Amino acid sequence: MELLPYAITPALLLGAWISGTLIERWHLSSLSRLESGSRDILAVTIEDIPPDWRVESSDLVIGNVVISQDYFKRVAASLKGIVGGNIRVYEPLLERARREALIRMKEAARERGHDTIINVRIETSRLASSRPDGKGTAGVEILAFGTAVSLSGGRPRLGVTP
Amino acid sequence: MLISNTQEIPGKTIVAFHGVVSGSTVRAKHIGKDIMAGLKNVVGGELKGYTDLLSEARGEAIRRMSYQAEAMGANAIVNVRFATSSVAQGAAELFAYGTAVKVE
Repeated sequence: MELLPYAITPALLLGAWISGTLIERWHLSSLSRLESGSRDILAVTIEDIPPDWRVESSDLVIGNVVISQDYFKRVAASLKGIVGGNIRVYEPLLERARREALIRMKEAARERGHDTIINVRIETSRLASSRPDGKGTAGVEILAFGTAVSLSGGRPRLGVTP
Repeated sequence: MLISNTQEIPGKTIVAFHGVVSGSTVRAKHIGKDIMAGLKNVVGGELKGYTDLLSEARGEAIRRMSYQAEAMGANAIVNVRFATSSVAQGAAELFAYGTAVKVE
């Protein structure tokens, strides 16, 4: 019983590792499903509309997601932070969040009847912790936005829609 | 109000510039959402409460920016940008700005 306090942290780490891994796996499979569903919406980062496009209407569309790292990976990252180098455990997290935000932006465009998004921008910002000591992070927000347009006479042959 | 983050409103012509317009909101996190987010912070994944909170707040910032443009007699806002900053512990400012224009 005296050892109980020492068991809590490893148990929390193990629990976080298992659940974090499961959530990540589930998210990745849901992402690839959703991505194939929104493939008909073309998103590009070009600012200017090609002169031969006949734009009928446009709307600003936004997709956002707030995502957090599981406790195990946060601890792993802080250990890695001591020696430096790539913090690989964070790379899949941010990649997942960007893909999710892009999908949401595309779905927002579809809801308004558009099929093309130009001038897409992606921003990342860290949300400050609500803990009084200011430690830790409340999560990272990824924001994707762009100008969705509807083209009369359909989209010219720019996109590859397999 | 037509809003776009491009240099002009696609398919329209700018006939007058009215200047910079902006809108912002500062939101603090809700205690109930915060407890849930605290739990989610252990297991990882999306913090849905925060996603919704920020998207509502950003919507409000855009609305305020639109009112300002309307008051200037503009009918569109071009080159819209967003900025997010943590102004205080547990609170975030959502800021939207752009150029109010008249298009035809």
